[in-house]
Amino acid sequence: MLLQFRGESDGNYYGKQRYNGYEYAAPQNQDYGGAAAAYGALGMGHQLMGCIYRALSKLFLRRSYSSFSSHPLRVCVVGSGPAGFYTAEKMLKAHQNAEVDIVDRLPTPFGLVRSGVAPDHPETKIVTNQFSRVAHNDRFSYIGNVTLGSSISLSELRDLYHVVVLAYGAESDRAFGVPGEGLSGIHSAREFVWWYNGHPDCSNLAPDLKSSDTAVVLGQGNVALDVARLLLRPTMELATTDIASSALAALNESSIRKVYLVGRRGPVQAACTAKELREILGIKDLYIHIRNVDLLTTSSDEEEMKSSRIRRRVYELLSKAASSETSGPSPGQRELHFVFFRKPDKFVESDEKSGHVAGVQLEKTVLREDEGTGIQTAVGTGQFDELSCGLVLKSIGYKSVPVDGLPFDHHKGIVPNAMGRVLSDNAEDTIQFERGLYVSGWLKRGPTGIVATNLYCAEETVASITEDVKKGDIISTNTLARPGKNGLLHVLDNRNVKVVPFSSWEKIDNEEKRLGSLVGKPREKLRSWNELLRVAMS
Amino acid sequence: MFISKFSQLGARVVEHLTREPSISVSRSPYLYAVRHRNLQSLMQERFFSTTDKAINEGCKEKQKISVTFVGDGGEETTIKVPVGMSMLEAAHENDIELEGACEGSLACSTCHVIVMDMDYYNKLEDPTDEENDMLDLAFGLTETSRLGCQVIASPELDGLRLALPAATRNFAVDGYKPKPH
Repeated sequence: MLLQFRGESDGNYYGKQRYNGYEYAAPQNQDYGGAAAAYGALGMGHQLMGCIYRALSKLFLRRSYSSFSSHPLRVCVVGSGPAGFYTAEKMLKAHQNAEVDIVDRLPTPFGLVRSGVAPDHPETKIVTNQFSRVAHNDRFSYIGNVTLGSSISLSELRDLYHVVVLAYGAESDRAFGVPGEGLSGIHSAREFVWWYNGHPDCSNLAPDLKSSDTAVVLGQGNVALDVARLLLRPTMELATTDIASSALAALNESSIRKVYLVGRRGPVQAACTAKELREILGIKDLYIHIRNVDLLTTSSDEEEMKSSRIRRRVYELLSKAASSETSGPSPGQRELHFVFFRKPDKFVESDEKSGHVAGVQLEKTVLREDEGTGIQTAVGTGQFDELSCGLVLKSIGYKSVPVDGLPFDHHKGIVPNAMGRVLSDNAEDTIQFERGLYVSGWLKRGPTGIVATNLYCAEETVASITEDVKKGDIISTNTLARPGKNGLLHVLDNRNVKVVPFSSWEKIDNEEKRLGSLVGKPREKLRSWNELLRVAMS
Repeated sequence: MFISKFSQLGARVVEHLTREPSISVSRSPYLYAVRHRNLQSLMQERFFSTTDKAINEGCKEKQKISVTFVGDGGEETTIKVPVGMSMLEAAHENDIELEGACEGSLACSTCHVIVMDMDYYNKLEDPTDEENDMLDLAFGLTETSRLGCQVIASPELDGLRLALPAATRNFAVDGYKPKPH
């Protein structure tokens, strides 16, 4: 029976083949050909396929043992954002025998560099040049339009590759859990950002920018500053960026003139960085309001600033902005209000427009130092005030989403790991790792940090992989050969998943640049799945 | 001294010229480097044409300075860097592993270097607000940290030693101090 499968694979695998635009030579080693054929040709249950695969591996083990050291180390990275690409780059560098594939659920690579970084921050996107150079490495493949969990399961991926690194980030949002959060007019900042960045999942968001002149942004991190800046910045300055054209049109007609940035804690604890703060404070003809009383600091605040250069510099920028404040906005002037020491208690429904938000009730807070951690947290005082608005953007953090078969810490919203090695769920007293399974980026450490943070994060994960490879944990006698890309493409082809290789992304890239050049933009993003796939498959 | 200040100024001017239209550009680092250098040498030629020939000759010899990069394992690489070139470009031209995610456009902190000698650090112009904003986010920031893309070779920097921060270690532990030399 087993040999018969192998015989089938001989027919399927030798000679050049094409799957979804990939052309590749037949595998030089027959060992995994059989396994991959067994995967695809029979369409049987994953468990069974895994069994067969393992049996096949064992069967052909002896023959290939001699070529142990020259065996490719097959690595699959899930997610093509900075964490994924930096991991791929470091793996290729550290392991000359590594073949690294990145799968992504989108037909477009680069994750949040494409759909998160604000359109008016083109310098931050320059890193895609480096990632594209990685993508042209002979030992690298980008396999887009493949969703972990539906196109392919985690256990299947782990059977196909020696090493699987999950770097798919955080595609959901934290919630307040207060009444009225489901009213229309309330969006997560992530959705709003995806909308103006032309992400195909949010191109139809259509936020209401017309029924009110006021927006409330809950949160004071860099994402909060990004969305506030996009709402307040003259649209003329955005017209030459790669902002989605639908978003530019909507912002052009926006009646929002006033944005409140609300934070639970004070100006010393504001989670933004100096660059983003300096930028929003520097918007032309913008009235900025910061209450002087909020700038008073306690000894704990002073301590915090002493130990953090960034907190100190952010505080200094806010103080400077407060001191240069004019007595009030001139008529028609756009306004930015920093609101400190407030947390949302409930969202208020509109009387005129049923189901729509009309304001946020905020509870005043004070800071209390946690005796254990020494961190100052905000505690409600039972005093309330209300901000009227027609749009609310919640910017209190992203949240990762688990997939089947993946240990997950729901409290922290990350995959439990030690230096990137995924910890088994059943580990109670003893520490046990999921062999060959790693994490990198937001899924590993939570949704914070800048692009470069992922560089160090990826280095750490790759160092762990390297150590495990050296110890013989990864390529052992049981797992000598893995089908890798060929096997994956075969499975996907059988499931009729149309994958998008990097060369097809380059078609999208070229088309977007061409469309952009017609309207004086660096690119005009294709915003729907259909369009993206049409151009990719053209 | 005057000459060096001038060429340093020239480099800054050129930087500004090349950085200004960055809103819509994602240029290749090579193109950038070439353009940068051409303008730089043009500036120098103009200046030298009005100076005494002897000084001119003397300066031309000094147009390359010696810079040593010290890796996180202590290994040293000494390279010759033409006056006017940034340490980021110089590192890349010499295969020294210094990241440069934004290719010198002051939008990241990946080319963080630590000036190992305070005297040399003091010879540099103070970092701009924009550079400081990025240094805020650099791992293992020290008193003498700079961004490699903002340190431009000039004659008085001959003999400069730059430590490359130990990235992985600094990920967990902040406050890396360069080893005394």
